[in-house]
Amino acid sequence: MGHYHLILIFVLLPFIGFLLSLLAPPKSELFISRIAIYTSAIQLIAVVVAAVLWIIIIRKPLHVEEWVLYQSNEYRFFIDFLYDANTIVFLLVGAFITFLIVRYSRYYMHLENGYKRFFNTILFFSFGYNWTIISGNFETFFMGWEILGISSFLLIAFYRNRYLPVKNAVKVFSIYRIGDLGILGAMWASHHLWHVNITFLKLQNLDLVHEHLAGHSEIGVFIGLMLLLAATVKSAQFPFSTWLPRAMEGPTPSSAIFYGSLSVHLGVYLLLRTFPFWESQPVVRIMIGCIGLVTAIISSMITKVQSSIKPQIAYASITQIGIIFIEIALGWHTLALLHFAGNAFLRTYQLLVSPSVVSYFIRDQFYHFVSPKVKKQNKLSNTLYLLSIKEWNMDYFITNVFFKSLKDLGKILSFLNPKNVLYLFIPIYIAGLVAYLFRDEIPVEIVQVLPEIFALIGCMMVLKAFAERNHPRLVWLLVILNHVSLALSVSFNEYFEIVETFIYLAGVFISGILGWFCLFRLKKLAPAFFNLNYYHGLSVQYPVLHHLFFLAMLGMTGFPITTAFIGEDLLFSHIFQNQYLLAFVVAVSFVVAGIALIRLYARLFLGPYPLPDKSNHLPSA
Amino acid sequence: MNFEEVLSHLRHYLPTQAPLKDFIHHNTLHAFQHEEFHHAIHKAARMFGYQVYLTLDDYRERYNIGDIHEDELNRAISRIKGETDKEVWRKRLLHESFSEIHSSRVGQLRNHWKTTYHVNMDKYVHPLLFRLVGSFLDQGISISGFPYHQRTFLNALRSLERSSYTSIFRTHRARTLLLKDDNLLETLISILLGDERLLEHYLFDQQFAHPGWSGMVAVLEENPAMLLDKRRISLHDFIVVELLLELDVLDLRLGNNWNSLSQHLNVHEFEHLFITPESELLFDLYRIWQEAFEWSFYNSVLKGLQQFVDSPANDFVSFQAVFCIDDRECSLRRYIETNDNHAATFGTAGFFNVPFYFQPEHGRFYTKSCPAPQNPTHLIKEYESKKRHKSESHFSSRTYSMLGGMIAAPAMGIWSALKMGVNILFPADSPARVSSFTHMDRNGKLSIEHQGKFSKHLQVGFTIDEMTERVEGLLKAIGLVNNFAPIVYFIGHGASSVNNTHYAGYDCGACSGRSGSVNARVIASMANNLDVRKMLSEKGWNIPNNTQFIGGIHDTTCDEIEFFDEANLSGDNRILHERNKQTFHKALLQNAKERSRRFLLIDSSKEPAKLHKKVKLRSMSLFEPRPEWNHATNALCIIGRRDHNKHLFMDRRAFLNSYDYRVDTDGSILLGILNAIAPVCGGINLEYYFSRVDNCRLGAGTKLPHNVMGLIGVANGMDGDLRPGLPFQMINIHDPLRLLVVIEHKPEQVLPVLKKNPVTFEWFHMNWIHLVVLHPETKDLYLFDKDHFIAFASNSKIPDSISSHQDYLSASSQNLPILQLL
Repeated sequence: MGHYHLILIFVLLPFIGFLLSLLAPPKSELFISRIAIYTSAIQLIAVVVAAVLWIIIIRKPLHVEEWVLYQSNEYRFFIDFLYDANTIVFLLVGAFITFLIVRYSRYYMHLENGYKRFFNTILFFSFGYNWTIISGNFETFFMGWEILGISSFLLIAFYRNRYLPVKNAVKVFSIYRIGDLGILGAMWASHHLWHVNITFLKLQNLDLVHEHLAGHSEIGVFIGLMLLLAATVKSAQFPFSTWLPRAMEGPTPSSAIFYGSLSVHLGVYLLLRTFPFWESQPVVRIMIGCIGLVTAIISSMITKVQSSIKPQIAYASITQIGIIFIEIALGWHTLALLHFAGNAFLRTYQLLVSPSVVSYFIRDQFYHFVSPKVKKQNKLSNTLYLLSIKEWNMDYFITNVFFKSLKDLGKILSFLNPKNVLYLFIPIYIAGLVAYLFRDEIPVEIVQVLPEIFALIGCMMVLKAFAERNHPRLVWLLVILNHVSLALSVSFNEYFEIVETFIYLAGVFISGILGWFCLFRLKKLAPAFFNLNYYHGLSVQYPVLHHLFFLAMLGMTGFPITTAFIGEDLLFSHIFQNQYLLAFVVAVSFVVAGIALIRLYARLFLGPYPLPDKSNHLPSA
Repeated sequence: MNFEEVLSHLRHYLPTQAPLKDFIHHNTLHAFQHEEFHHAIHKAARMFGYQVYLTLDDYRERYNIGDIHEDELNRAISRIKGETDKEVWRKRLLHESFSEIHSSRVGQLRNHWKTTYHVNMDKYVHPLLFRLVGSFLDQGISISGFPYHQRTFLNALRSLERSSYTSIFRTHRARTLLLKDDNLLETLISILLGDERLLEHYLFDQQFAHPGWSGMVAVLEENPAMLLDKRRISLHDFIVVELLLELDVLDLRLGNNWNSLSQHLNVHEFEHLFITPESELLFDLYRIWQEAFEWSFYNSVLKGLQQFVDSPANDFVSFQAVFCIDDRECSLRRYIETNDNHAATFGTAGFFNVPFYFQPEHGRFYTKSCPAPQNPTHLIKEYESKKRHKSESHFSSRTYSMLGGMIAAPAMGIWSALKMGVNILFPADSPARVSSFTHMDRNGKLSIEHQGKFSKHLQVGFTIDEMTERVEGLLKAIGLVNNFAPIVYFIGHGASSVNNTHYAGYDCGACSGRSGSVNARVIASMANNLDVRKMLSEKGWNIPNNTQFIGGIHDTTCDEIEFFDEANLSGDNRILHERNKQTFHKALLQNAKERSRRFLLIDSSKEPAKLHKKVKLRSMSLFEPRPEWNHATNALCIIGRRDHNKHLFMDRRAFLNSYDYRVDTDGSILLGILNAIAPVCGGINLEYYFSRVDNCRLGAGTKLPHNVMGLIGVANGMDGDLRPGLPFQMINIHDPLRLLVVIEHKPEQVLPVLKKNPVTFEWFHMNWIHLVVLHPETKDLYLFDKDHFIAFASNSKIPDSISSHQDYLSASSQNLPILQLL
C-alpha cells in the first residue's frame, strides 16, 4: 500500500516551507511571505484533493508505519501515521485557516520587527499541527504536541522585549507542561497495558481493547483520566481556562489561528482520537462530560463579565469547547466535529474583526442606546459577578497555590549553590553506581526502593532548579543531574540495557555541553545580568548565543531534536506497572525541568532591553 | 503637600487622551508647555524616563545621508554654543559615544517594596485593578454590566463588597477598611506610607506605573459626558482602590511582618519629587542635532516661499474650492490647480466657521461639529434620511453565550468561513467599516434655517443674521472677497477604514474628529440662501446672482469626493459643474497615485486609475493597519495667499491656511487663525513628534496585538494598561520636526496680534512651534525669537524646478525635497 505514503505530504509541505523560510533574508518580506502563502496554498489543495479521493474511493482508515527509530527485544519506538475521518476534518479546517491567516499576515505584519520570525513560527506551528493530526500513535502524537507547545510559547512571546508577553508565555508553557504530564502518564500506562507501542488504529479494534482491559480496568481508567488531563489543559477547560485569554499577546492573526481555532481544539482531537479506548469506561466518560459541563457553565459566566474583546472571545470559545466535550462523552462525534469546525471558524473571524468593535458598537449605541436599567442586585448575582471577574480564582489557584508549593518544596534545598552541589551530588551518585554494580549482593528489599530514592533525588534537583533565582548555571547543572539520577534510578529495574542509557544520556550531554558553554560565555559577557531575578532581554545583544542556547534548552527539555526524546520514552517503558510512585516522580521531574528551563531561557534572553539606551515599554504595557 | 494638591498635580501630568470615539490630537507633554521646549522636555525625560529626541545614532545616520546639512549643523553649534570650541562640539556630535540612559525619578520610591520585601506589587495589583475599573467604565463589551454602576466607583465597589458571599480582597483588613472606615484615605496612607511627606512621590510612582488607566480616569472625572453610558469616577476613588489592593497584597504575602515605607528609608530624600535637572552634555547635543535637523528642512522651505511672483490679476476664475487646512488636502489642491489653471483653491479650518452640534436622524446623541474647545449653541438635525448602517451578526453578543454559541458555532461557522475567505481574498465594503460618506445621508435634509425650535438649550438651525455673519466671516478669513466664480465649492474631509480603533483620529480635527460633510453642506446652503445674499449685498458684498455654492466631502483614504444638493444648481451651472467634476476626478486619481508612493506594497509607477483602485481597497481590507498615513510627515503651516505658495511642491507636509493680510485690517482674523492653528496643528505635530521619538512610552506601541478595552481604549493583551498616543503604524515614516508656521504679513503688525492671547502666545514664546513672518512686499524673512522678530536670511539654495512631477514622485518612497513647479 505504498501510495498511502502520500499522506506524508501533509507534514512534509509545512516542514519544507519552514526550512525554506529559515533561509530567507530577514528583510525580504515578499520572499518570506511568498514561501508561507505558497506552502499553505498547496497544502490546502492537497488536503482538499485527498479528502475528496478518500471519501469517494477509500473510505477506510489509512495507516502508515513509517520509521522505527529504535528497536530492542521487547521495545520498538516508531513514528506512525493515521488518516481517517477525524483527521480529514481537522486537516481541512487547519489548512483553510492557515492559508487565510498567512495571507492576512502578509499585509498586516508589513514593516513589523520580527516579520521573518513570525512566519517561521507560523510555519513551524503548522508543521506541528499537521504532524499531531496525522499521528498514529502516542509517541508520534507527543512529538507534535511538543512542537505546538514551543511554537505557542514563541508566538505569545513574539513581542519579546515587553514584560507581559514574556511573562504570559512562560505561564502558558508551564500550564501546558501539566498537560504533558497527562500524555506521559498515558504513554507509560499503555506500555504496560498493551506490552507494545500501541497505534491509534489498533485502538479502533474494539475486541482487542476489550480483551486487554478485562482484568485491568483500573489501568484503563488511569489512562483515560490521564488523557483527559492532557485534553483539559490543552483545550483550556476548567480549572486550566485562564491561560487562553492570557495567550493573546501576539499579533491579532496569530491569536486568531492559535487560540481562536487550531491549538485550543487539540484537546478535542485527542479525545476523539482515543474515543474507542475509553468508550466502554463509564467513569472516564462521566468525567469528560462533567469537566465539559462545569467549564461550559463557569466560563459562560466569565464571558459575560469580560470588558475587553479578546478575552471575551476566548472565554466564549472555551464555553463551546466545554459543550464539545459533552458531545464527545455522549458519543455524538459527527456533531462534535461540526461544532469544532464551526467554533474554529467563528472565533477566528471574530478575533480578526475584533478591532472593529469600537466603531461598530459606538455607532450602534449612538442610534439605539437605552440607558441600562438599574437592576435590583441580589447577593447571589453579586457573588457570581465578583467570582467571574476574578475568573473563579483559577489563575490564583494555579500560580499561587500549585506552582508556589512546587517552589516552596524547592526552597528546602536553598543551601545549594554552583560550588557545593557537585560535592554533595557526586558521592551520593557514586554510592548509587556502586550499589548498581553490586545490586545482586544487596538485599532485594533495598534494591527495590533504590529507583524511587534516586528518582526522588532527581526530582528534588529540578524542584531546586525551579526555585533557583540567583545562579543560572546551577539551574542548568541541576537539570543535568536530574537526568543522570533518573537514568540510574531506572537502571535498577531489570532489562534496562546500557545502550538505552547511552541513547538517553547522549542527548542530554550534547545539549548539556552546548548550554553550559552558552551560559559560561554569557556570564563573561554580561555579568551584571547573570541572574534570574528579572527578565534581562539579552537576545538583543547576543543573538547568536541566544539561538544556540534556545536549541540546547529544547534538547534538554526532551524536545524531539535529540535522542533524549527517545530516551524519555524508553525510560518510561522500564518503569514497572506497580511503580506508580516512581512513574509519578519521573513524570513530575520532566515537567518541572521543562518549566525551570524555559524560565531560565526567558529570564536571561527575553524581556525588556538589557541596556537602557533604547526606550523600554512600561512593565504594565 | 496635602492629598488634594497632589491630585491636582497628578491630573496635570497624566495623559489627557479622551476615549477612542473622541480621539483628538494634542501635545503629549502638555504638562510641560509653560516652559521652554528643550528645557521642558529635558525635565520630562529625567522625571519620567522618556526618550524625547531621536537617538544620537539616528541623527548621525540622517547627517550621513544628507537629511541634516553640514552647514546647518555648524550654524546650530554657533547659535547654541557660541563660536569657541566649535571643533570640540563637532567631534562630540559626530563621533563620541554617550550612554543615553533613561533614568527616571518617578518609580524609585515605590520600588522599595520590591527591594525591601521582595513583593512585586504591580504583578498582583494591576490585573485586578484594571479589570475592576475596566468593567466599571465599560461602554458595551461586557454582557452583564457592573452592579451598582450608577454609583461612584468607590461606592459601587463598597456595595458589591457588602452584599456578596465572596470578597474583592484576599485578606481581612482591606475588606474591613473598605466597609467600615470613614477616613479611608488617611488610614491607608498612614499604614502604607507612614509619613505624609512621601505622598506626592508615592502617588506619582503608583499612577505612572499605569499612566493609561489613570489618565483615562482623570479625563472622565473632568468630562463625564464623553461616555455615552455615563459613569461617576474620580482619581481619588481610583487611588483609594489601588491603595486597598496594595494593602491586601502586603498582608497576604507578609502577614504582620511589614512596616510602612517611611520606616525603611530616608523620607527627606523623597520629599520633593520635582527638581530641575542640571544641564547635561547629552541634552545639549540632542538640542543642537534637533535644531540642525529642523533648519535643514525649514530653510529650503523659506527659500522656496521667497520665490513667489506677483502674478497679474487674473480676471477669469473657472471655479473656487475651499478645503480644510489639513495637510492631506495639500496635494489634491495642487492637482486641481494644475489641471485647471483658472481654478482657485483656499484653505481654512474644516468646520467652515459654522460651529454646531449635529444630530443624525434616529441618533440618540449629538456630536460636536467644530473644534473641540468650542461649545456651540446651535443644533443641526437631519431628517428624511435613509437608514444607512447594516448590522453584522459576528458582533452579536448572542454568539458568546453558552446556548447562543451552541447554535451559532455550528450554524454560523460555515458562514464565518466563507465570509472570512471572501473578506481576506476580495476585500469589499462591510458593516464593520467606518466611512466618511455615511456620517450624513446626502439625500436626507438638514434643519439649517432656524424655525423657532429649541432642543434643550440649543437653538435648532441658524437665523438669517447668524448665517450672514458666519458666511461673511468665513469669506473674509480666506480672503475671498471679490471675483466670485459661478460655482464655489466647500469641501470637508473625512476618512474610511476598517479594523481601525483609532478611526476618529483620521477624520477632520476641526470637526472634533468627525467627518466634515455636514459643515460643508451647511455653509454652502447658508451662502445660497437668498435672504443671506440680500443682506450680504446690503453690506457691500458683490457676489453675482448666478454664483452658487456647493458642499462636498473628500474621503482622504479612498480619494473620492461626493457633492451635496447638486439638484439646486441652475442649468448653466450644472454644465459647469459637470466639467469641474472631471477636473476633480482627474485630480483625485493623481492624488491617489502620489499617495501610493508611500505605500511600499504598491508599485506606484502604474496608471493613476489602477492605483486609485488599490488605494481605495486599503480602506476595506481587514488586514490593513495603515489605511492611509493621516498626518504623518507634517511639519509646516503656511498662512497666506495661495497664489504665493502654490509654486511649491511641499510633499503633503503643510497645513495651508488661506489668509490675505490686506483684508484683515485690525488683525482679528489673524488672531482667530492663530488661536486655532496653535492647539490644532501644534497639537497634531507634537503628538506625532513624541509618539515618534518614544513610541514605547509616549506612543501606543505597535497596534498589531491591541485588544479593545471597554470601547474606550486599547491595551496589549488581557492585563495591559491602556495605551494613549499614536501606534507605531501611524508614525513610522514621520520625521520628528516641530511645526514651522510661516505668516505672509508685516512683522510689526503680527507681533501685537500674537501677544493678544497668552495661551496662544505660549506656544510660540516657549518654542513649541517655530514662527517666521514673510514680508509680502520686500520678501524678507523675520524669525520670532523669545518675544520679538529678528530679520534673517535663509542660506539654503533656491529649490530646483521641475515641470512634471508625477514621474519624479514614484521614484522614491522617502521624503522629497522642496521643489518649484513650473
